[in-house]
Amino acid sequence: MLIKTNQSPDVTRRSFLSTSGGIALSGAALALLAGHTHIAAAASANPSSDVGILNVALGLEYEAIAAYQLGAESGLLQKPVLDTAVLFQSHHKGHRDALIATIEKLGGKAVMAKSNADYAAALSAGGLKSQTDVLTLAARLELGAVNAYLGVIPAFGDKDLAKVAARLAADETMHWSLLTSSLGKPVPVVALSFGA
Amino acid sequence: MAQAAGLALRATSLLTAVVALSVPPVGAARAADTARGGALYEARCGACHSLDAHRVGPMHRGVFGRRAGSAPGYEYSPALKGADMVWDAATLDAWLKNPETLVPGQRMGYSVADAIDRDDLVAFLRQASTR
Repeated sequence: MLIKTNQSPDVTRRSFLSTSGGIALSGAALALLAGHTHIAAAASANPSSDVGILNVALGLEYEAIAAYQLGAESGLLQKPVLDTAVLFQSHHKGHRDALIATIEKLGGKAVMAKSNADYAAALSAGGLKSQTDVLTLAARLELGAVNAYLGVIPAFGDKDLAKVAARLAADETMHWSLLTSSLGKPVPVVALSFGA
Repeated sequence: MAQAAGLALRATSLLTAVVALSVPPVGAARAADTARGGALYEARCGACHSLDAHRVGPMHRGVFGRRAGSAPGYEYSPALKGADMVWDAATLDAWLKNPETLVPGQRMGYSVADAIDRDDLVAFLRQASTR
């Protein structure tokens, strides 16, 4: 098993979002999800630009959800690893829901997900032949997401949204670290390796 | 003794020459490192882009010489679709440095601050466009 958890991976969305041990939202996103629109509106210096960045982030989350779905349905993941993949996918679903809520409350329109077939083609999922292949793809996507989230933080006009991006990056870093460990790969030798 | 000193002097001179050849003089143009650009592409661009498939961002193979916002099958922002611009070393460098300054209203929130990093990335994209 990659990790130990006291939560079932099929925990409901409601309990997932409300648990203190699950996805943690803050700043404008949390205010928006709690219905305090005025807080978020006041916090966003450039909502149009922020919405654009949030939609790019949403696209990343859709792709991650699809990648884990493809992995789960591939038959290549053995049971303990499969549980962890499903758990990580649930994190990405939490990210997706939070991003959609924030985009809509900021007056934007959330982009739609593509079909799993589209994601499979773009990710060359047909070439996945083993559990290691699936985990390697997942690790590559998670690392890309870490760097992407860290990279867009300075572009947010709203510091609360920048903090949300940092917290999303933290989740992705957790995923990457565990996937990398499960693949038997070493941790980075140098400091400050993420976002560089 | 004198022979040894002569050898040492020649060795020192040779070392100095090698160092002089390997370090560009101040102000000299640095050759872009395509391999480093490829690694940077994977680390920094790979979350959203691939060379051969549209993902969150458009595919990049063939980007050199392509009109901005014109890769078939990708839904660009109206701003980029309407940009009257062809991707070359200069426009790609400006885009990576600050996409919003180059094309206000575009969607990419990521930028590359370091000029050497941009140089290497652009060299990689140029090479990838020809393969």
